[in-house]
Amino acid sequence: MAVPVSDGQSLPGPPLAYDPDLERLEIELLLEGVYRHYGFDFRSYAYASIRRRLWKRVEGEALRTISDLQARILHDADAMERLLLDLSVNVTAMFRDPSFYKEFREQVVPLLRTYPFLRIWHAGCSTGEEVFSMAILLEEEGLYDRARLYATDINDVVLQRARQGIFPLDRMQEYTENYLRAGGKRSFSEYYTAKYDGALFTPSLTRNIVFSQHNLVTDRSFSEFHVIFCRNVLIYFDKTLQNRVHSLFYDSLVMLGILALGSKESLKFSQYEPRYEKVSATEKLYRKVR
Amino acid sequence: MAVAPGVGYDLVVVGTSWGGLSALRTLIGALPDSFQMAVTVIQHRHRDSDHLLRTLLQERSTLRVCEVEDKMPLEHGHIYVAPPNYHTLVEPGYFSLSTEAPVRFSRPSIDVTFSSAADSYTHRTVGVVLTGANADGAEGLRRISDRGGLALVQDPDGAESPVMPAAARTAVPRARVMSLEAMAQFLAALPAGLPERQDA
Repeated sequence: MAVPVSDGQSLPGPPLAYDPDLERLEIELLLEGVYRHYGFDFRSYAYASIRRRLWKRVEGEALRTISDLQARILHDADAMERLLLDLSVNVTAMFRDPSFYKEFREQVVPLLRTYPFLRIWHAGCSTGEEVFSMAILLEEEGLYDRARLYATDINDVVLQRARQGIFPLDRMQEYTENYLRAGGKRSFSEYYTAKYDGALFTPSLTRNIVFSQHNLVTDRSFSEFHVIFCRNVLIYFDKTLQNRVHSLFYDSLVMLGILALGSKESLKFSQYEPRYEKVSATEKLYRKVR
Repeated sequence: MAVAPGVGYDLVVVGTSWGGLSALRTLIGALPDSFQMAVTVIQHRHRDSDHLLRTLLQERSTLRVCEVEDKMPLEHGHIYVAPPNYHTLVEPGYFSLSTEAPVRFSRPSIDVTFSSAADSYTHRTVGVVLTGANADGAEGLRRISDRGGLALVQDPDGAESPVMPAAARTAVPRARVMSLEAMAQFLAALPAGLPERQDA
């Protein structure tokens, strides 16, 4: 029964003898340095996750301590870019949670038909899987030509990837299954062309998408929206920062506008719950009502 | 320090894969109504699984069984089920979720949850590895043990799939190896601290 225990790559973390108080101090100092030198504010991120990602970068840079990493990134902007990628890339899928998209089609699309023009914000769009999924859905519902989708992320590198509209070919089977279960009305392969190991999505899907850099932590609202998607982004923030971002979303939604969160996120643990009502019993779709 | 020093254990983290449902129903079902620790279950499953696992565990226990949502507080006497398609991270007093890449093809990864539990609850953590057909959990269990927590492993001879418990035993030679029934009794007899509530 010889099953190799892993090489240690999967579990980046402090060496055994590391003092947790010291570790926290080093992490706080590093995040303060990043904020003051580069302007990116990760100081209110959920600790367990940021700790894991920082240690991953310590290993990636072949360093020993968080303080080593601090020195490296303050003196080397390329190292900061690599850290930023570690901190902002999340692995998602097109039509992730198919039941969410199905419910969106059934419960929210009828409401959206009542607007002559739609502004939709994908906050924290990462590499774009979700905004492309929504472009497809709106196209099939005949709403895309009156919609503008604003896809924002803190990280310009992931935005550039999103703009290209190329996704890994080996995931198309999964995405096709998701698409069908999400209530897709055509053949999913109509939307892309296989090129080398990538699937290039039809450029007309991006005709109404505006990609731009926006920092949820430090930037203000830039418009009023009918729908805001922020799925699986707030999970990286602590509760205080979550509340601040909820305030930004609340201020950025029209009355009766829709807020869509990830399946395992909830307004329950935020102070904005009373301002919204549920649009769905099963999915995290909320409508601003007061 | 993440948690104040105290006597007893606050948190039990249980990892399992193939054969896990039946093993979990046995183990959770045998915990007494008065069980004081918070139990967090990480079971590998399909990314679009529904609430069936929670329901099937709740059938067997009077303890409250919930599926984890982001920032949900950890409370004593509750059973928490890690949701599919996320990593579940343990913070002092609550959970955070993450959609970082799968670790060794798994999301949830048992190793990721175990190591965050070890970092947040240190010597007040009990790590439990049950039946499964891969080696996830072994390294996380070692982290728990190294931080002064307790390591328990289902006896591979009685496990539906012995690979996971055998890997855990190899990684943590001092882990206690026992049957599911003995494990429930052992857990019930451990001194329990109480998970602290702490705001983020």
